[in-house]
Amino acid sequence: MTTLLALCGAAAMASSGPIAAAARRVGPRRADRLWVLLFVVGASLAAFAALLALASGGDELRAHAPFPVGEVALGLDALSALFLIAVAGLGAACACYGLAYYPAALHPDSAGRLRTAFGLASAGLAMVLLARHSLVFIAAWETMAVSSYFAVAAEDRDREVREAGFLYLVSTRVSSLCLIALFALHWAASGSLLLVPLGAGQIAPQIQSALFVLALLGFGLKAGLVPLHVWLPPAHSAAPTHVSALLSGVLIKSGIYGLVRITSLLPEPSPWWGEMVLALGVVSAVLGVAYALAQHDLKRLLAYHSVENIGIIAIGLGVALIARASAGLDTAALALAGALLHVVNHALFKGLLFLAAGAVIQRAHTRSLDALGGLGRSMPATALLFLLGAVAIVGLPPLNGFVSELLIYSSLLRMVASEDGASWISAALAAPALALTGGLALACFAKAFGTVFLGAPRHQSVSDGSDAPAAMRAPMVALALGCAFIGLAPFALAPALRNACEAVLGSALAPLAAPWRAISGVALASLALSAAGGAWLWLRLSRRPAPRTVTWDCGYAAPTQRMQYSAASFAQPLVRVFSSALLPREYGSAGVAPFPQRSAFHSEVVDAALDRIVLPSAHAVVRLAARLRVLQQGSVQQYLVYVWIAVIALLAVGGVGR
Amino acid sequence: MSAMDVLAALLVPVFFPPLLLGVIARTKALAAGRRGPPLLQPYFDLARLFRKGMVLSRTTSWVFLAGPVVGASTALLASLFVPLGAQGSLVSFPGDLIAFAYLLALGRFFTIAAALDTGSSFEGMGASREAAFSCLAEPAAFFALLVLVKLSGSTSLGAMLGPDLPQHWLHGGPSLALAVVALFIVLLAENSRIPFDDPATHLELTMIHEVMVLDHSGPALALVGFGAALKLFAYGLLLVRLATPFEVGGTVSGVGVALLELLALAALVGLVESVMARLHLLRVPSLLVGAALLGAFGVMLLVG
Amino acid sequence: MNETLGLVLVGVLLVNFLMLGTSRLNAAIRFAGLQGVLLGAALFVAHGQTNARVLLLALATVALKGIAIPAILLRAVRNVSIRREIEPIVGFTPSLVLGALATGLSLVFARSLPLQSEQVAPLIVPASFATVLTGFLVLTTRRKAITQVVGYLTLENGVFVFGLLLVEAIPFLVEFGVLLDLLVAVFVMGIIMNHIQREFSSLSTEHLTSLRE
Repeated sequence: MTTLLALCGAAAMASSGPIAAAARRVGPRRADRLWVLLFVVGASLAAFAALLALASGGDELRAHAPFPVGEVALGLDALSALFLIAVAGLGAACACYGLAYYPAALHPDSAGRLRTAFGLASAGLAMVLLARHSLVFIAAWETMAVSSYFAVAAEDRDREVREAGFLYLVSTRVSSLCLIALFALHWAASGSLLLVPLGAGQIAPQIQSALFVLALLGFGLKAGLVPLHVWLPPAHSAAPTHVSALLSGVLIKSGIYGLVRITSLLPEPSPWWGEMVLALGVVSAVLGVAYALAQHDLKRLLAYHSVENIGIIAIGLGVALIARASAGLDTAALALAGALLHVVNHALFKGLLFLAAGAVIQRAHTRSLDALGGLGRSMPATALLFLLGAVAIVGLPPLNGFVSELLIYSSLLRMVASEDGASWISAALAAPALALTGGLALACFAKAFGTVFLGAPRHQSVSDGSDAPAAMRAPMVALALGCAFIGLAPFALAPALRNACEAVLGSALAPLAAPWRAISGVALASLALSAAGGAWLWLRLSRRPAPRTVTWDCGYAAPTQRMQYSAASFAQPLVRVFSSALLPREYGSAGVAPFPQRSAFHSEVVDAALDRIVLPSAHAVVRLAARLRVLQQGSVQQYLVYVWIAVIALLAVGGVGR
Repeated sequence: MSAMDVLAALLVPVFFPPLLLGVIARTKALAAGRRGPPLLQPYFDLARLFRKGMVLSRTTSWVFLAGPVVGASTALLASLFVPLGAQGSLVSFPGDLIAFAYLLALGRFFTIAAALDTGSSFEGMGASREAAFSCLAEPAAFFALLVLVKLSGSTSLGAMLGPDLPQHWLHGGPSLALAVVALFIVLLAENSRIPFDDPATHLELTMIHEVMVLDHSGPALALVGFGAALKLFAYGLLLVRLATPFEVGGTVSGVGVALLELLALAALVGLVESVMARLHLLRVPSLLVGAALLGAFGVMLLVG
Repeated sequence: MNETLGLVLVGVLLVNFLMLGTSRLNAAIRFAGLQGVLLGAALFVAHGQTNARVLLLALATVALKGIAIPAILLRAVRNVSIRREIEPIVGFTPSLVLGALATGLSLVFARSLPLQSEQVAPLIVPASFATVLTGFLVLTTRRKAITQVVGYLTLENGVFVFGLLLVEAIPFLVEFGVLLDLLVAVFVMGIIMNHIQREFSSLSTEHLTSLRE
């Protein structure tokens, strides 16, 4: 019943685009609203089905299809339901946002295509979550990948967008190849196309390891684990903002879902699997946030933070795998719960951040941090929402990031405290690394929030204008409320998380050993104390108003707004500390003459993995292929001769030998 | 915990911390051959500031005032996690050392945001340096605490620093000693003491923490000073509980001993500030990474 | 019956040589038409006396391959007003030699394949292979597009000869489908040749070799 509902929801989302396109005649605004209505109906159906499944346990749907598919299975269990709620919620929010951000009236040639692609991508993702059969999984995965490419490259008149879209497309092709290999190997080893847990001893440990490596490659590429993340920052900054929010929030989580699902099917995990995932997670988290710190472009900054958060989720998954291999099921459940909760949390706060950033970009027509500033005065609601998103993503109490990070930390500390032998060393190295990423994320978001919303505007053109329209604010407020709810009342999610962990680990679990009430207590106490202090200060100010003057300028005669600390300056000490990994480039110099002349300075950090590994290998392959050009001259007759040579050779080999 | 313990745990963080600042100032003065200010001077300063009016900059918004408020309230909450005597801390749950660290991080976030709100390059500079140094100090603190987690097998500060601490010193003495040194360096870094920052400088370009709060005045500045004292109190209490594990029974004597140890720590900080010079700005990351390596080495010693 | 069929197939082989040797476009097209008529006759001779279906198929083959398709091609030639083929990549005399070699090889080769041509007529398989090879030779060595289309027709004729073995087993619809396919293909090629002529003012396909970057 729940699976059927979810399937209907997915169908509604998929068909919303074509129906709205067919209804073009009623006018662009009505078509937009029709699309949003259909999409939200589909998303609500899917979310309702997911909530039912979380409460009552979920079910399966089987159907018989003609050769070669055989029996098709779809299912909705607690794990899929958790992801599905995130997909439905964020998808609906982004669709409503798109009403005001990307109206069809302003973008007549690309809006229709974008709507269809958006609907198909969400529906494909929902089907991936429902699929319990290899071929259904692959079909849904491909739908999601290809339609998301069209969504990313919506504004393809821009060269930057075209290049980013191409890189994205190539990476989805590579990941699909790995997945096809994975499912082929699975079918060859187990004899069945259905994705059900394998029995112990059914396939050899080497094959299981091969399956794990293929899953890590294919799903890791989609999720954006370093060093497979090179497509993520360009694609997320080139796409329209509500598409970026969908991409960062839920589409890359499909990689996480796939990895969790495949490892839950394999019965005997080796310890090195978890160590590898943990190591990749640590590297992704630290490098992701270090790169984010060095960015000048608001959307690229947020995209690199997605890499960091995927790293944090991978840390949780790694600990869960290690603990599962050594039969510490409680620690594994705790780590897995933290990772899954972080998936939901990240969808919420990353969506919120991207939508707020979109409002800023729409107002100021620039993505560069060093050209913005002081927008908090003219866009107070957006500033507050961005601040909430920033506090959540850094993982500070009282919002939801703190809860999931606390769960992951708790599992790491439990592993350190309880394991004997030397297996706790990886956890002992991962916990301080996680603390480092928390500190770096704090620096990065203080920089982002401060540079965009605080201080004075750095260019006069950004200071005029009004706040974001209501159609854009409402989804942001909804997402912020979600963050606040999870942060203040995390115990509401405890049963759902436990059901999801049971679905993955395959056995009944004790209630999660997490201090839910204490977390709520800490959140409420910090909120209450701060509110009390703020109220007291406000009362003081209302009794004795404070006169306004200029900021202390150290006696400088004519300070200008351009003298404010810019984003690049703020990040410079940390970029220097990490310079061996970031490899920053600086152009120009500060003037050293007594009377300073006009001078310019420019610094940038490009992605080292893209610049030093991916692009040189691509050039090498092209050079090699150029040598093979001799065989292809463009003459059809020459090609026919090739065909004939092949036929004669085959006949000679196969036929004459009798 | 008895009612007396609860009362002590609530009242001590509210009234005691400024005394630490007074002891540090007095120690530095005595070491320089001066008589120095009275020990209770910080209390007089806070009272004076609470009475004064405020002047605000035109560039600032509500975030500017949220900085001191959140800084002080989170420091107060964080200090409730560390046990004051032998009877455990007021708030204790598995994983509360993470809550301790992250509450202080919340305060730091709003302080940095308040500094950036003024639109001044000095405050931006201080905020940038503060963000960099505290980010590098986090792994050092974590490594030190990990030693304690491994030895005690628990993840709650109250249980880690509880009655079993002398036995942990017996088993893992060298590791705990390294952890103490690392935590001391982290304390100096987080509280903006020499060798990381000079709290007595008057040159804006050389300030880190001082310049971030340059534009505050009146009650807000009082909250800033109180918050700084609370942070020193929280970190100091953690350090002295770790370094001096001997037991003293009873509430009053337990709390009294802890407060005396804190005063001794404040004097030690003052002494360190008097004999050392401030470290070159580009060397500070190396020192913090060194502290992290000390902690890591302490963890490594526990293998096997 | 076998002797008549054998005679007809020998006629098909002779037409192959005629096709290889001529340089006049009209003649090449007419030879392809002649080959089509011979194929219809072969079909009739092989099975048609007893089977109405095969009779219908033979008449359709003659109509399409012998009359309709050559008519389309002759009209195309009239539109572009070209009379002769220029020297092909492999010259006319060497083409004839190669064609003879191909026929000889087919005769030798066909014996080593496990097919039941011995019962019906021993010439079907070799004739089929030889015609296919001839068509392929014309297709790959001639420069003008029309001659290449004629080579394609000869290729199809060779495949049709092979089908003589199986005409009882293949459904009616498939046979007609194949013929219809051929008709449509030639129609399209006629249009394309017109376009090539308009674009390049010549039908030489050497202009079509530049690959896009």
